[in-house]
Amino acid sequence: MKRPELVCPAGTPASLRTAVDAGADAVYCGFQNATNARNFPGLNFTQRELSVAVEYAHNAGAKVLLAVNTFPTAGRFDLWREAIDLGAALEVDAFIVADIGVAAYAAEKWPERRLHLSVQAAASSPEAIGYYAREFGVKRVVLPRILTVPEIRALADAIPCEIETFVFGNHGLMVEGRCSLTNYATGISTNMDGVCSPAADVHYDRADDGSITTRLGTHTIDRFAAGELAGYPTICKGRYLTPARGEPYYAFEEPVSLNLAALLPDLIAVGVDAFKIEGRQRSRAYVKSVVEAFRTAIDSVLAGEPPQLADLVSLTEGQKQTEGAFKTKKWR
Amino acid sequence: MRQELTLGPVLYHWSPEELLDFYARIADEAPVGTVYLGEVICSKRSPFFDRHVPAVIERLQRAGKTVVLSSLAEVVLKREREMMRDLCAMTEPEIEINNAAGLFSIGGRAHRVGPMMNVYNEQTMARLAAGGATHFSLPVEMPGPVVGRMAEAADRLGKAVEVQVFGRASLAVSARCYHARAHRRTKDSCQFVCADDPDGMPLTTVTGQPFLTVNGIQTQSHSYVNLADEMDEMRGMKVTHFRLSPQRVDMVAVADIFAERLAGRITGDEAAAQLDALKLPAPFSNGFWHGREGGRQFGPRAA
Repeated sequence: MKRPELVCPAGTPASLRTAVDAGADAVYCGFQNATNARNFPGLNFTQRELSVAVEYAHNAGAKVLLAVNTFPTAGRFDLWREAIDLGAALEVDAFIVADIGVAAYAAEKWPERRLHLSVQAAASSPEAIGYYAREFGVKRVVLPRILTVPEIRALADAIPCEIETFVFGNHGLMVEGRCSLTNYATGISTNMDGVCSPAADVHYDRADDGSITTRLGTHTIDRFAAGELAGYPTICKGRYLTPARGEPYYAFEEPVSLNLAALLPDLIAVGVDAFKIEGRQRSRAYVKSVVEAFRTAIDSVLAGEPPQLADLVSLTEGQKQTEGAFKTKKWR
Repeated sequence: MRQELTLGPVLYHWSPEELLDFYARIADEAPVGTVYLGEVICSKRSPFFDRHVPAVIERLQRAGKTVVLSSLAEVVLKREREMMRDLCAMTEPEIEINNAAGLFSIGGRAHRVGPMMNVYNEQTMARLAAGGATHFSLPVEMPGPVVGRMAEAADRLGKAVEVQVFGRASLAVSARCYHARAHRRTKDSCQFVCADDPDGMPLTTVTGQPFLTVNGIQTQSHSYVNLADEMDEMRGMKVTHFRLSPQRVDMVAVADIFAERLAGRITGDEAAAQLDALKLPAPFSNGFWHGREGGRQFGPRAA
């Protein structure tokens, strides 16, 4: 049985060390600018921090994957080029890219360095993945969270590169790299600036009756009764009104987290090469719990034992979890 | 430099009869140079109109229009992959690719790159041009100054650049059908409920703000993008094509106004007044062009 890699998020140097110590085979991280899709205040790495982090990870036998996975706009390409060159100089093990221009640059300038195709590239067919593999020598694709296990099996047989799937964390609903919802409401673009639902535009308005209305910019995303836990206002997790429904409803998705722990044996059996945990914006404690739980679960599957699954529900958003599209196409 | 109006693909699920009437009128009356045809949003919808497509192409071409066939934006299922492969094998009319699957199959032949593809910089444009791309429809969220740089780059490469100047903005696509979900169905059991909303299904916030529009797997803006005012600037930037995205309104009247505007015969103010007179069902927005919230209106007619 192939031993899949456990790929873990590192939003800060401390989280990186935590993930490595908890058993990550690889960590992914980004620089403190728009070149990666988690460009949040207080997150990510300086050049110096990344240098130290790479050494720490490599000493422990773990890899460092550098996310350079946003879309540079014309006139700003140099920042992405610098991120790639810096990553190469600091000896990261792979670049995670989405933009065709950035992929072309990395492939030409650093042909020995592995390229992974970010989920932001939204490659979900053998042809789309085949394009990036053929043109840029992409070695691994991070699959969109929209495929069932049998579909992943078919894909694994049809593409010339490795497969990485998300197994835990935020349950992205929209096709990544194709979503301008945040930009429509805030003027900050997920593709161009690396930010979804920027904190500076988030508002929690408390009414006299104790209810809380959440807003992103000027748009209301949801309203919570007194005592109800008010979720972070993300457009695709909000409640809205439409004529077909009498009451506000989750038009896109309930606030749930993806948790594929129970599907690990199936995913390993169909040939998934790496499992990704989402959450570079999460705390060290979160990273520690989730990485340890998945390390244990993967190792038990590989040892031919029933998977040992720690109870991760308390860490999931809104205390609810889903297997999303992976379990059944009825999700669609 | 030639500059012309185009009519984007109909993104909603209109009946074959409605589409036939629509394109007959476009052929006879609309002052657009190019018409994009084809199902971009949902592969389940395609069979309804497929058999009429050859006749519509012929009708539009006879009226002097350039016809371009647009691909699906999402390609996952077997039938979707086959649709993309078949489209890429065509030699006439031109095709517009909206998913990277098409880049694999096109094999260096001439093609257009649609607005659902992420072409944000000159490097990506050059790479795709080397693979046969002749024409780039830029992402709807691209700010004006970036459009200017992209148009410069396209001009140097001898390629065309298109900007959407009218109609709802495509904000997201998903594997899930939100039309079916609203009616407590799934994508496989949808019963084509999206046909009931020929201009999309409105989503309003719980405090009553009109916000988004659902069209099957696509999420659009509530507002109609309207860049009539910005067209002088775009003409100076060497933008070559100006896209009107079809809404369930008098698109011939809309095209007439934009044609007058493109020809410089009316001002932005006059275009705005004429568009207001059409009593369109949604407010206008131009925020993306100005690098601001896409849903807002900036400039002299700021809300």
